[in-house]
Amino acid sequence: MEAAAEIKDHYRSDFERLRDGLPGGRIPWMKRRREAALARFAAQGFPTVRDEAWKYTDTGVIARRTFTTASPPARAALARGDLAAFTIPGLDCHRLVFVDGRIAPELCDLDALPAGAAVGGLAAALEGDAAGVEKLLGRLADDDGNGFAALNTAFMTDGVCLRLADGVALERPVHVLHLSTADTDGTAVHPRNLVALGRGSRAVLIETYAGLREAAGLTNVQSEVLLGEGAELEHYKLQQESAKTFHIADTGVHVPAGARYRAHGIDAGGRLVRNGVRVRIDGAGAECELNGLYVLAGRQHVDNHTVIDHLKPDGVSREFFKGVLEGHARSVFSGKVIVHPDAQHTDARQTNHNLLLSENAEADTRPQLEIYADDVKCAHGATVGQLDPDALYYLQSRAIDEDAARSLLIYAFANDVIGRLSLEPVRSYLERTLTERLLHGRRVEDLI
Amino acid sequence: MLSIRNLQASVDGKPILKGLSLEIGKGEVHAIMGPNGSGKSTLAHILAGRDGYQVTGGEVIYRGKDLLDMPTEERAREGVFLAFQYPVEIPGVSNIYLLKAALNAVRKHRGEGELDAMDFLKLVKERMKLVEMDEQFLYRPVNEGFSGGEKKRNEILQMAVLQPSLGILDETDSGLDIDALRVVANGVNALRGPERSLMVVTHYQRLLDYIVPDHVHVLAGGRIVKSGDRSLALELERRGYGWIEDELRATGS
Ligand SMILES: Nc1ncnc2c1ncn2[C@@H]1O[C@H](COP(=O)(O)OP(=O)(O)OP(=O)(O)O)[C@@H](O)[C@H]1O
Ligand SMILES: [Mg+2]
Repeated sequence: MEAAAEIKDHYRSDFERLRDGLPGGRIPWMKRRREAALARFAAQGFPTVRDEAWKYTDTGVIARRTFTTASPPARAALARGDLAAFTIPGLDCHRLVFVDGRIAPELCDLDALPAGAAVGGLAAALEGDAAGVEKLLGRLADDDGNGFAALNTAFMTDGVCLRLADGVALERPVHVLHLSTADTDGTAVHPRNLVALGRGSRAVLIETYAGLREAAGLTNVQSEVLLGEGAELEHYKLQQESAKTFHIADTGVHVPAGARYRAHGIDAGGRLVRNGVRVRIDGAGAECELNGLYVLAGRQHVDNHTVIDHLKPDGVSREFFKGVLEGHARSVFSGKVIVHPDAQHTDARQTNHNLLLSENAEADTRPQLEIYADDVKCAHGATVGQLDPDALYYLQSRAIDEDAARSLLIYAFANDVIGRLSLEPVRSYLERTLTERLLHGRRVEDLI
Repeated sequence: MLSIRNLQASVDGKPILKGLSLEIGKGEVHAIMGPNGSGKSTLAHILAGRDGYQVTGGEVIYRGKDLLDMPTEERAREGVFLAFQYPVEIPGVSNIYLLKAALNAVRKHRGEGELDAMDFLKLVKERMKLVEMDEQFLYRPVNEGFSGGEKKRNEILQMAVLQPSLGILDETDSGLDIDALRVVANGVNALRGPERSLMVVTHYQRLLDYIVPDHVHVLAGGRIVKSGDRSLALELERRGYGWIEDELRATGS
């Protein structure tokens, strides 16, 4: 649906204000793409609940406001000490920090990158290697279908640009912090991430999205992940924005033959959150695994929307999403799996379990399988339920008090996802931060 | 140890226990037998503190205290242990985790300190030998994917670790193979002592060859309708329950 005139005008004038200062402002193809994306946004506007893909997530609260893109900070907004709250103890990693959508070079640690690894900000990559970026950027963007994505392309400021040549193993993970400092409502950031791994290359990317203050801002992210044959990416996205923030993310992933994409999306923060993930299983034996955990309270709303296209034979996809909801929280999981006619011997499995801790919480779960090949294995399972009273009774009959028994069961439920993470420091970090939140301050160790 | 006096209880308004009385002294083993649906598990769960039963009359005194007044976990801390007829699976919580949480809760209640990790593991491994359980079960989620017999063994392991004063075994023998029955019975016998009483619910006299009871009771229609010594179990094995009902009818009770 066409954007309302005042919305169009607002984003047009915001664009005019920033245009020349946006990354790649002097690069003709970049300028053209931004202009085209803005026009596309104007033509399609923000999605509404009449769009099938957004049926359960009303972004009207975003469309009714006007968000102004954060300007580059006049001076360093953060010191290293401010990062402590967002770093992961015990994690030996390369680090990139973006503050309000722009890189903060003084906070980054990018020493000792192996040969063949280019890791840095997208804006810098555009400056240094415009031709290289041109070939990759936008290949997996969702600008045609989704107003948020188009807006991101028009306004993108910066984000991680991780490129590995063929056969490069990046041993240390890359931790990317996307931090916002806005303390007033109405500020938008448009991070744009680009990951391109050469044949047989390997990397681990961890993204943290967080705000330093509580403000009704918009984080509108778009990420593109292009894997070479046999490449492997493990991609963590830890979303812990303020309880007022709108967080809209879209990730497009291309997985060719023999390549493997593993993603773990952990949502603890945000007021209204949308994680769109689109994966193309596009080569024999390509694999993807999407894991998700959302821990919600108050009036939080989190929508995980995944689309996996199996285009070639022998692909494997696994989805495992779990949620714990308190208060008036609401979650949506829609998992679409399309097995195209060529994709024989596809093995696709999808699971979504939700634990409702209050009468007012609500979880919607929508598996959608579209199968056009005849020799495939596809399975899905979904549940929405409360704590098992028999399990509670059993624990209490073993001398454990009701409160601890509840905590233990909630912890066990959530830990099922956390246990799947490969990196021990990230697991411990999440166990501490998430489960302490789940257990209302009770420490896990106190339960045992 | 335990005095049940004229206990009446119902579920969803349906009376199940209809004036049940039973005295269990210190160190005694009482077997409870009775037809399916007569209320044996209901009695066990009411003692252990499960929600959903309405106690409409009578009382239960455990070591001088009103048992029905205590929250479930407090009963366990005070030494009541129910080995479930149908042990509950708890995904995501490992067996060792549960054992540790349970033991520490009980010890804390008794004013004893928590066991350190080493001593705890030593204790658990020792008790596992008693019921001949493999150590791998410690690290598996509680009862999840356990076979029927493994679940029952696991219940007795928990009992052996917690050392209750009153152990209620609800059909611990059903689902056990012949060897497992002997192992579990030996485990239970090792826990017998002057300070520990047992209430053993079973359908089969065979278990009572191993765990020799001091008293045998027949629970039928929500009441103890007959009590005797172990010979009663043998008689039940031979004659079934019909004759008791006939006897009751004859005496008009
Ligand atoms: N939650 C419930 N709702 C309705 N009826 C119940 C409920 N729980 C128990 N009952 C009924 O109470 C009666 C006694 O059940 P209970 O499980 O105590 O029998 P039992 O003696 O242990 O039988 P079994 O030997 O088969 O284990 C049964 O008729 C059962 O159907
Ligand atoms: Mg029973």
